[in-house]
Amino acid sequence: MFWNKEIECMDEEQLRELQLKRLKEVVKRVYEKVPFYKKKFDEAGLKPEDIRTLEDIKYIPFTSKMDMREAYPFEMFAVPLSEIVEVHTSSGTTGKPVVAGYTRKDIELWGEVMARCLAMIGVTKEDIVQIAYGYGLFTGGLGFHYGAHKIGATVVPASAGNTRRQIQLMKDFGSTVIACTPSYALYLSEYAKEEMGIDPSTLKLKKGSFGAEMWTEEMRREIEKRFDIEAYNVYGLTEIIGPGVAHECPAKNGLHVWEDHFLVEIIDPETGETLPDGQEGELVITTLTRDGMPMLRFRTRDITTLHREKCACGRTMARIERIKGRTDDMIKVRGVMIFPYQIEQAILEVQGVEPHYQIILTRPHYLDEIEVQVEMSKEIFSDDVKTIENLRKRLEKRIEEAVGVRVKVTLVEPKSIPRSEGKAKRVIDKRNLK
Amino acid sequence: MHKVEIISIFVENKPGKLEKITKTLADAKINILGFSITSVKDFGVIKFFVDKPKEAFELFKEKGFVVALSPAIGIEMKDKPGGLYEVVKFISSRGVNIENALVYVAESREKAYFIFEVENFEQALEALKDNGYNLLTTENL
Repeated sequence: MFWNKEIECMDEEQLRELQLKRLKEVVKRVYEKVPFYKKKFDEAGLKPEDIRTLEDIKYIPFTSKMDMREAYPFEMFAVPLSEIVEVHTSSGTTGKPVVAGYTRKDIELWGEVMARCLAMIGVTKEDIVQIAYGYGLFTGGLGFHYGAHKIGATVVPASAGNTRRQIQLMKDFGSTVIACTPSYALYLSEYAKEEMGIDPSTLKLKKGSFGAEMWTEEMRREIEKRFDIEAYNVYGLTEIIGPGVAHECPAKNGLHVWEDHFLVEIIDPETGETLPDGQEGELVITTLTRDGMPMLRFRTRDITTLHREKCACGRTMARIERIKGRTDDMIKVRGVMIFPYQIEQAILEVQGVEPHYQIILTRPHYLDEIEVQVEMSKEIFSDDVKTIENLRKRLEKRIEEAVGVRVKVTLVEPKSIPRSEGKAKRVIDKRNLK
Repeated sequence: MHKVEIISIFVENKPGKLEKITKTLADAKINILGFSITSVKDFGVIKFFVDKPKEAFELFKEKGFVVALSPAIGIEMKDKPGGLYEVVKFISSRGVNIENALVYVAESREKAYFIFEVENFEQALEALKDNGYNLLTTENL
């Protein structure tokens, strides 16, 4: 189903033309209105007129999360504060939060892109959409709210938390769509079953839109099985607009990015060089139509791959793969980029259970070495040393295949990897690189 | 049933590990009748034959160890020259392959038991029992 078929299936050449026109406009506007951008352009010796083609975007300096923090609270706004009708912030786990300002036009845009996302997975005005993302400064709740409103669905603005009530509402109202984080969806299903004696698959839910955190295909299968629904991936971030930047279509083969509003690039997080389609790297987004707070080449720190091959659904909009990791987690060993998720995935494939592991980097003789410590668990324990040694070798082999560097796997006793707040610190770098 | 049970524990190959494990058994007043240690590089598996295997198994599990309880066959042998030779000759003549083994000396210079694990317990027991050899049972410990 399409919300705006003409745009969503737009001819690719026309789409590029539209993007270029909009890019030129936004560059000119921020250069004039936002001192932050003027300074960056001037320092780079760049004038708005220098942007003549879409490729010229590579000359524009990146905007980082750090820049956003320094601009706290309102310095990235391109309009007078009187034009801003709503603000949101991203959770500031370290330092100041990031503030996003929306004009009336921006709220309208947010509703439009979220409506496209929801319509894409078949949500109509007949649906009852339970939104269990937090309402408030977090963009999750209200972003979905505006989109579902635009479609005319019946919105149940449950917000996050109060699990018992969530399930009661699903049951009593017959909610057909759920929107929440994937981990909360799994929690909901457990709670329904164990605390309330309700089999989640008997609820009227048909589909769900899940995001705001990293999740896996295994989790998708689990959510789909438990609730007997179709589970889709949503992507967005406060700096850009909130949820609605990209969403999966029923093909579940990547998330379509609304390229008429968001221009996406993939770069090498180390060098900043633009990477060709199909190659994994950091996602960089430029907003083409944001009014209150345009964003030029924002480095999302999210790792994904961009695909432009034709999609089964008929949309021409490019797709990004499910977010694989964060550049913050990246480690470089003997010149090779490695992400902890690659190692985690490899271990999971071999032993079939979520691993507790730790990556230890050392440089004993001028050469980096990786040791991966994996906690022994009852699921994989064998009372036979040979079998365990074979498992260890299989882990080494599979990890090496996944990351392209030889690693040493050590099996350690349960609970021997220190945990903080339930989560283990994944990488210990002892290389002393100064 | 002519069955005994062996406890296997995963351990890292580090000083103090065996001490911690044996202390756990000592504190619970569980008697070690026999044991074996096999290690490869950084880790190993310690196997215990104790007087209260179920209790020991639960205890280690509770303490967060990775532990398994596996069935084994205990065959009586004489604690004298040629004692082991005689029983293994019998075991191999019945086509049974020994996977892991340890020894329990019940009466020094008199009676000992060869305790061993096999790939297929039921099949091995069938092949060995009722052949004039005494097989140990947990109840008789």
